[in-house]
Amino acid sequence: MLTLAHFLTLGAILFSLSVAGIFINRKNIIVLLMCIELMLLGVNMNFVAFSRFLGNLDGQIFVFFILTVAAAEAAIGLAILVVVFRNRKTINVAELDKLKG
Amino acid sequence: MIVQELIFYAYAVVLVLAASMVITVRNPVYAVLFLVLTFFSAAAIWMLLEAEFLAIVLVVVYVGAVMVLFLFVVMMLDINLVPLKEGFIRYLPVAILVAIAMAVELLMVLWSKGRFGTDMFPLPAPNPVGHSNTRALGELLYSNYLLPFEVAGVVLLVAIIAAIALTLRKRTGIKIQDPGQQVRTRSEDSVRLVKMKPEKPPGV
Repeated sequence: MLTLAHFLTLGAILFSLSVAGIFINRKNIIVLLMCIELMLLGVNMNFVAFSRFLGNLDGQIFVFFILTVAAAEAAIGLAILVVVFRNRKTINVAELDKLKG
Repeated sequence: MIVQELIFYAYAVVLVLAASMVITVRNPVYAVLFLVLTFFSAAAIWMLLEAEFLAIVLVVVYVGAVMVLFLFVVMMLDINLVPLKEGFIRYLPVAILVAIAMAVELLMVLWSKGRFGTDMFPLPAPNPVGHSNTRALGELLYSNYLLPFEVAGVVLLVAIIAAIALTLRKRTGIKIQDPGQQVRTRSEDSVRLVKMKPEKPPGV
């Protein structure tokens, strides 16, 4: 019998995995961006599950907007990444320390 | 009912495995491809939750556009992968610890009695035949959420302009056309009419 808790568990596991991903891939901006996408997917999973089990479509509207903002964020993030790579020839987070002073 | 459970567990296992591959594989190209697999499985589970429109949007917009954008960038940049993986082993224990602690905390809340089980949230009846999720979403989006919808459009416009403005660059030392100059060309500048006597063929 599928309950709301099953779907929320899936979202929680996805979120925890992406947090772990941010920890272990802290040098690579691209994988960091992907981990953020995974995190948003976990959140969206919760929204869709609640929307279904509460019989309320507002949750799906929220997912719609989250997808929009995430697409914009990914586009701008990747543009910044391309510019950083063009200027520094690296995407290693440890070497992007010019503002350190 | 049992079929739904089977579908849920099958896709959930694929989802979790693909997500853990995303964060652990060495090559970012494979990471993007596993992320695509993750999104596909999530779309299937959303389909199970009768969010058909969002499931299709996730596949078409996310996999079709955003992930392809990721793939483009990953393949375009010539990345030296070796220094990017340093610290992987060093941070692995912390990462596992934090992830497990977070997951356990969340699951303790989720599976405690009387919160999210069937007693509080009984399984809703499936939507009737002919019910259109897209139509219902559209009616809501264009009535209650009209202003946020327009704002979302503005956000996308800003993202387009920002992405173009960020990556646009003036390159020197290349030969490119200047359309303005081409249009301003006058015939007097390039064509010269010369008066000369007609020539006779030799021997006449």
